[in-house]
Amino acid sequence: MRKTVRRMVVLITGFLMGFSVVSGQDVEAGKVVYDKWCAECHGIDGLGDGSAATTMLPRPRDFSQARYQIRTTGSGQLPTDDDLRLAIQEGLPGTTMPGWPNLSGPETEDVIAYVKSLSRFFGQGDPPQSLDFGSDPGGGSEAIEIGAQAYLTLECEACHGSAGRGEGTSSPTLEDWRGFPIRAADLTEGWYLNGGGSVEDIHARVLTGLDGTPMPAASDAMNAGVVSPDEVWQLAHYIASLGSAEMPTLRDVVRVARVEGTLPIDGSEAEWEGVDTFYFPLAGQVIQPPRNFAPTVDGVYVQGLHDGVDIVLRVQWHDPSESPDPAWDEWQVKFMNAIDLDGDSLVVDSLEAPMVRPPDALAVQFPFEIPEGTERPYFLMGDARNPVYLWTWDDQSGIGAGRGRGLDSVEELPEDPVTGNATWEAGRWTLYFRRAVTMEGDGLSFQEGTAIPVAFLAWDGSSGEVGKRNSISSWYYMLLDKPASSTVVVAPLIAILLTGALGLVLVRRAQDRERG
Amino acid sequence: MRSYRWHKSVALVAAGMVAACGGGGDGGGGSDTAGGAAPEAAVQIDPATVGTISGMVNFAGEAPAMTPVDMSGEPDCAAGYGGDGPMSNTVLASGGGLANVFVYLSEGVSGGPAASGSVPLNQENCRYEPHVFGVQSGQDIAITNSDNFLHNINASPTENRGFNISQPRAGITSTQSFSVAEVMVPIRCDVHGWMNAYVGVVDHPYFAASDATGNFSIGNVPAGTYTVTAWHEEYGTMTTSVTVTAQSTAEIAFDYSADMAGAEVPMNEPLVLHHESDGIHRVSLNGAAGR
Repeated sequence: MRKTVRRMVVLITGFLMGFSVVSGQDVEAGKVVYDKWCAECHGIDGLGDGSAATTMLPRPRDFSQARYQIRTTGSGQLPTDDDLRLAIQEGLPGTTMPGWPNLSGPETEDVIAYVKSLSRFFGQGDPPQSLDFGSDPGGGSEAIEIGAQAYLTLECEACHGSAGRGEGTSSPTLEDWRGFPIRAADLTEGWYLNGGGSVEDIHARVLTGLDGTPMPAASDAMNAGVVSPDEVWQLAHYIASLGSAEMPTLRDVVRVARVEGTLPIDGSEAEWEGVDTFYFPLAGQVIQPPRNFAPTVDGVYVQGLHDGVDIVLRVQWHDPSESPDPAWDEWQVKFMNAIDLDGDSLVVDSLEAPMVRPPDALAVQFPFEIPEGTERPYFLMGDARNPVYLWTWDDQSGIGAGRGRGLDSVEELPEDPVTGNATWEAGRWTLYFRRAVTMEGDGLSFQEGTAIPVAFLAWDGSSGEVGKRNSISSWYYMLLDKPASSTVVVAPLIAILLTGALGLVLVRRAQDRERG
Repeated sequence: MRSYRWHKSVALVAAGMVAACGGGGDGGGGSDTAGGAAPEAAVQIDPATVGTISGMVNFAGEAPAMTPVDMSGEPDCAAGYGGDGPMSNTVLASGGGLANVFVYLSEGVSGGPAASGSVPLNQENCRYEPHVFGVQSGQDIAITNSDNFLHNINASPTENRGFNISQPRAGITSTQSFSVAEVMVPIRCDVHGWMNAYVGVVDHPYFAASDATGNFSIGNVPAGTYTVTAWHEEYGTMTTSVTVTAQSTAEIAFDYSADMAGAEVPMNEPLVLHHESDGIHRVSLNGAAGR
């Protein structure tokens, strides 16, 4: 009798152990990892309602729904363990989900088990299988051409736009599964694609779709012969060619090269073709309310030229909307309801109220005087003690200049000689500022050869960005190149000759001593 | 002798773990994934045991003014209408009847013949046809595109696995199904923001959607007493009771009215009565439901 009881106890213990320790995934240990690292955003019950979630768009995943964006499985299917592992290790670029390199291998496996346990769907049916993606027939210019055609055949431009910046005609009405506004990805900035910007990543997304978002799976269309499997690979090559999978190298100093002849003021893309472009990331202003947790503009591309007399600064940034635009009214209301934590009397959160349509805007910020040392004004438009000099532009009032003593204290400088213009095309603004290098009166005179602090601020009017609600960069530097002078070439030559002569003299004297 | 007993214990633990592994991997509902249940042989229904529920969804008061669907950004869609374009179809109420009301037996049903064949869902001139319809759990929905340009079909259930598939041109049929009852499952096209449909997934065949005049009919209902629920995307739900006797028609009516606007509209409910609404926030636009 005792032997049987003991055997039963051992059998039952083994059964229980087996349940919780399947292929090295421990749900209990996973809960410890989850509560420590994940619950703040994903919520204590995994519903995507953690305390930090209201500052995020898109919201953190609701694990109870088991509706996953980045997978290798078919539309509506569960992710594989590999899919979950990759999301935990690498994160989802372009979202608030970071990678977690601090988790050990076992911790990662455990938290995968726990996350799966949060949804009943993982216990049902067959385990999920990755789609057969076939193999890449290869890239190159011909492949990219075919891919560009596939982009039109599948009508990707309806949401992603003809330029791929997310400016498609359907973009103002896009919602995720919870009714929150969501953007079609900017395909030209591959470093922000949620599943990664490599050709393989892009190819997988096209076939699987991103569950919970408007991005559909094209697998049915491919199987019906709308595009061939090879063409889907070529589409991925085309999309990858629109931008880069890696963020451009961050360089701290905008080099404003000196040219002879006419400065290109606007229009001609060709004239600016060879000019060095400097990329700076922008982040939402989240220090002073109303805080901007989901900024639209996340980077500016800056070029500059001067001829010793005038300087032209060319700033480009991506914005799917040309604000003000009534087509984006509903977007603005939904956006304010989703992410506006601080409230703002400048924008409305209901379609019942008279609509406010702020314009798109951009400002370039300098210190009001070239600083002696390394101190720079407070980056949020300066303060009373240390003001900033601003070149401003918005889509309603055009080009201007101002003195900033803080985000809510900008004094216009109507006498400032800065001029310029801006055009929006296919999801991108191109803005020119032009002014004399030196100036009289209130304002900053630039000096060739001196690094001057510079920062950038941007506003997307259609998302309610106005006033203090904006995106902003850190302080960087701008340097106007000095003209190449003859001393650059002659001085080293003279130095070489003098050194050589000195060397000869020393050798001669040493030889003389030896002889003598 | 000692080593023999030790081996036996290890064997028992191992057997237990293997049994647990087998149970953990494959347990649960064993539900169908996309593809649907194989149609069973048509069940013979004895006409002596079944009756019909026939009814009317009445609508009192003035329906909200129809607003034109803004197709200014979508010339492909506008071309199908040549002229003013369609009006929003959230509330269709003509001659005192309310259309697009989903009516189904919510209590008292014990089983019923399995579905045979598929239910069609078509996209034409940037509208879903039908706008509100029902399917049985596991039954195929055959989705087709009569417009020769892009639509995506994006279904957002919570009790079932959803899907989001693209149909870039005409001539593609996609087949999907939902394995468990859920009332209702919203379907939308993201390319065309006004385009939506609602499907009621029910685990029996006794459902219907009211037509343009508010009439509906549910046939082959076994004799008995049932609770019938009506669902409308703007005016919410109502219930009534009906007793069906064999070989006769039971008449019921639902009385909706314009002042029910803004009612709490249940969505994604498993088939359980008196379930709390899930409270998904919806943007109210021009008095119409946002989804």
